[in-house]
Amino acid sequence: MKVRVTVMLKDGVLDPQGKAIGHALHTLGFGNARDVRVGKVIELDLQDCTAEEARKTAEDMAKNLLANLVIEDYAIEVPA
Amino acid sequence: MKAAIVVFPGTNRERDMALALKRVTGVAPRMIWHHETDLTGLDLVVLPGGFSYGDYLRCGAMAAHSPVMGAVRAFAAKGGHILGVCNGFQILTESGLLPGALLRNAALRFLSQDCYLRVENAQTPFTRRWAKGDVFRTPLAHGDGNYTADPATLERLEGEGRVAFRYASAAGQVQADDVDSNPNGSLNSIAGVLSENNRICGMMPHPEDLVDPLMGGEDGLPLFEGLVEAVVR
Repeated sequence: MKVRVTVMLKDGVLDPQGKAIGHALHTLGFGNARDVRVGKVIELDLQDCTAEEARKTAEDMAKNLLANLVIEDYAIEVPA
Repeated sequence: MKAAIVVFPGTNRERDMALALKRVTGVAPRMIWHHETDLTGLDLVVLPGGFSYGDYLRCGAMAAHSPVMGAVRAFAAKGGHILGVCNGFQILTESGLLPGALLRNAALRFLSQDCYLRVENAQTPFTRRWAKGDVFRTPLAHGDGNYTADPATLERLEGEGRVAFRYASAAGQVQADDVDSNPNGSLNSIAGVLSENNRICGMMPHPEDLVDPLMGGEDGLPLFEGLVEAVVR
């Protein structure tokens, strides 16, 4: 079962990388780019489980290791 | 004082730390590889600086789940003294032994420079050789040292005197939005924090790098001298 965990800095947490990329995009002429945020995508394959179990396992993984909940939020996708 | 330094793959500041500890205890500290779990008989465990596990995922995230950290957690629960410097501080926050987190430096650049720290609480094993308000010089070298915590945690830390050190000017002026004195942009200029029982201290700058006139100064020595006094055995 393929699982994708997206980890983003929480709203309100300063994202200097996103800011720098935003500046660079403006320099390149993409003047309408706003609110650039940088995150991580972690993809993995879970063996022998249903979509629901996969989601639950990924949730545990995100809470314990993949995301730091002090500064980050996560989202889980289990593509059908 | 029986001290040990934990070494992870990618740790690179363990020898500086060993020099500092040997200078105050007279004996070389034990080096503990990240697979080891026996911390019997120790008074102080130090998590030194470096780039444990290549800073993969987040600085300190992988190290926080290594076998030795289970033993370090148990050591903490029994009231053991723990010092985490730089990557060691990041590991302590990632493992939940200290609150908050270290973000990318506000200006994005890796910083390698001296800074000044103001002692905010002198009633701890780490700061007892100083007086509140004392200012000392210390080197720093990190890319992710921008301390942050949610408002409730911050209020608790400040209210309970658990900010050990703040970045300051040489004259002791603290101004969080001033890049000269607070180079990484830390919230409230926080450079070092303490656990509830004051026995765990994490800080980004490197006091172990100024402990001998040959290093250009002994500004960091009081931290280690104070620890020896506090942990007499």
